[in-house]
Amino acid sequence: MYLKPSYEIREKYLRKDMLPTIFCPGCGIGAVLQYTLRAIDDLGLNQDEIVWVSGIGCSSRVPGYVDFDGLHTTHGRALAFATGIKMANPDLKVIAFMGDGDAAAIGGNHLIHAIRRNLDVTVILINNFTYGMTGGQVAPTTPKGLKGTTAPYGSFENPFDIAELAVAAGANYVARWSVFNYLQGINSIKKALQKRGFTLVEFLSQCPISFGRRNRLKTGPELIKWYQKITVPISKAKNMSPEELEGKIVIGEFVDRDRPSLIEEYKAYKKRAKKMMGWEE
Amino acid sequence: MRYPFPVGAADFIQGDEAIARAAILAGCRFYAGYPITPASEIFEAMSLYMPLVDGVSIQMEDEIGSIAAVIGASWAGAKAMTATSGPGFSLMMENLGYAVMTETPLVLVNVQRSGPSTGQPTLAAQGDVMQAIWGTHGDHSLIVLTPATVQEAFDMTIRAFNLAEKYRTPVILLTDAEVGHMRERVYAPNPDELELVYRKLPVNEEEAKYPFGDVHGDLVPPMPIFGKGYRTYVTGLTHDERGRPKTVEAEVHEKLIKRIVAKIENNKKDIVDYETYELDDAEIVLISFGIVARSAMRAVKELRKEGIKAGLLKLNVVWPFDFELIEKIAENAERMYVAEMNLGQLYHLVKEGANGKAEVGLISRIGGEVHTPGEIVERIKNDLR
Repeated sequence: MYLKPSYEIREKYLRKDMLPTIFCPGCGIGAVLQYTLRAIDDLGLNQDEIVWVSGIGCSSRVPGYVDFDGLHTTHGRALAFATGIKMANPDLKVIAFMGDGDAAAIGGNHLIHAIRRNLDVTVILINNFTYGMTGGQVAPTTPKGLKGTTAPYGSFENPFDIAELAVAAGANYVARWSVFNYLQGINSIKKALQKRGFTLVEFLSQCPISFGRRNRLKTGPELIKWYQKITVPISKAKNMSPEELEGKIVIGEFVDRDRPSLIEEYKAYKKRAKKMMGWEE
Repeated sequence: MRYPFPVGAADFIQGDEAIARAAILAGCRFYAGYPITPASEIFEAMSLYMPLVDGVSIQMEDEIGSIAAVIGASWAGAKAMTATSGPGFSLMMENLGYAVMTETPLVLVNVQRSGPSTGQPTLAAQGDVMQAIWGTHGDHSLIVLTPATVQEAFDMTIRAFNLAEKYRTPVILLTDAEVGHMRERVYAPNPDELELVYRKLPVNEEEAKYPFGDVHGDLVPPMPIFGKGYRTYVTGLTHDERGRPKTVEAEVHEKLIKRIVAKIENNKKDIVDYETYELDDAEIVLISFGIVARSAMRAVKELRKEGIKAGLLKLNVVWPFDFELIEKIAENAERMYVAEMNLGQLYHLVKEGANGKAEVGLISRIGGEVHTPGEIVERIKNDLR
């Protein structure tokens, strides 16, 4: 892969009049946005045929910064809106840029059903273990014992493993990386964008201001080092016991399969309907 | 174009079925819904017809997702609709506000049943009037149509799409379990007899730059739908004419919201629709809408037979509300009555409209049964005694 200078990516894909972003110093969203834009650029996808969809939260502000059609919707609902866009015009490629609270808490039901249907959409999921925009409340992803403003003594709930959830619900492609995994991240997004059906790439992304500060991880680099420490490649994890995996987060490609997508299924359904009604042979 | 139901002909069908057929004739090609009594028949009819006319009908995980998908489809260029009843209507309030804020054309049918909560799922009510008008949070305006017959349910569905597209706004078709489940004769016109409206699209790059600006001076911006190279950014945040978020500038918010409200309110003359019966010399004026208007009509006839000068104003649109019309009628009336299946909702609008020029009474009925004409007659005669 040839890596273009960042300014070329910026010039081509960002809305200059929308900058600067709302992101805090040390935030990881900008990096993941860059990976996504690089993947689009590398694949030579048509900028005018892609729609970015999002809900509410820091990462959901991304469609405002990129020069594409974009629908910045309500909290948690991005994938339901995406269902309408894709079904009404299957020629459009839909990217949903989501946060962990947005996707897995308030949007959890839309997430699992969009995956179950195998909706043709690529989800880029920023997982920073917290509600960054509203000031650091615990999320459905916050590791047990870590602090947020709504669990100041340390979270007492079990977190979701979003990647495993997506695999179980039936996604065609699921990968998880930390922001540190630059090339793997870009390659996974490229793969996801080329596949039919539901594809999801999750990134462990640093939020030093709302999350790190409360958990003795005050800066972006400290959080990235922490991710390096707690992540285990999936190939290695296979040979590890549950005890050894305690407190670790598995990264890598979780699934890569090719089940028929919602758009294809609906196309076949329309054919079946016309045949059953005697409208077509 | 082949249709999976009779066109240019009459048929004997339910209100729900009529709404589905009319939507397809109006050009609706996207439907998303969630099962709920007494609106499920709309969804079932859409599921039967949509694949045959190359449209989409999809069952979402809930009503929040249903209206979300409809808004997404509308931005992808489709005429789109969803239908529900009370509990689902409550869930839709969130994204109804998003549709108002982003000026997304769509039709939302509410086949009203008794509430609050699960209430009486199979029985009719008119308890969602205020929710239809004011249910979503924040200042706004939208359009609410109220059919009284199955034919009106059909005709008003087509009108709902036309108004939604013309004014780039969500339109609510507020009907009820009686109209929805009742079977009546309905004439479905040939498609070429219909006048259909499709949203204004930008005619050049310059226009496309202002998806939320009054570029034509008619308060309704052209809609740069997705996939045409416009690179439109749509957000529920307060935004300027280009669609850029401007969340702390008072003047941007005021300008946006006042335009969204004005495009409906300033076009009241075009949108408002009503019928009158024996109103010219009426001393007693009944005001009603939906299924109850049919009882009210009969009550007026009975009262006239007994020498009481009664008349009817039947509202086909309850928002925008023609306060001036009510005041004009109040000037010539002795007494006005609002008959509705709730504890008084339209009543408050009428009272405001009457502006003290006539006394306004409420003839209320709840519990799932429509007022009988006799009940209305008795109440009025009692008051006159």
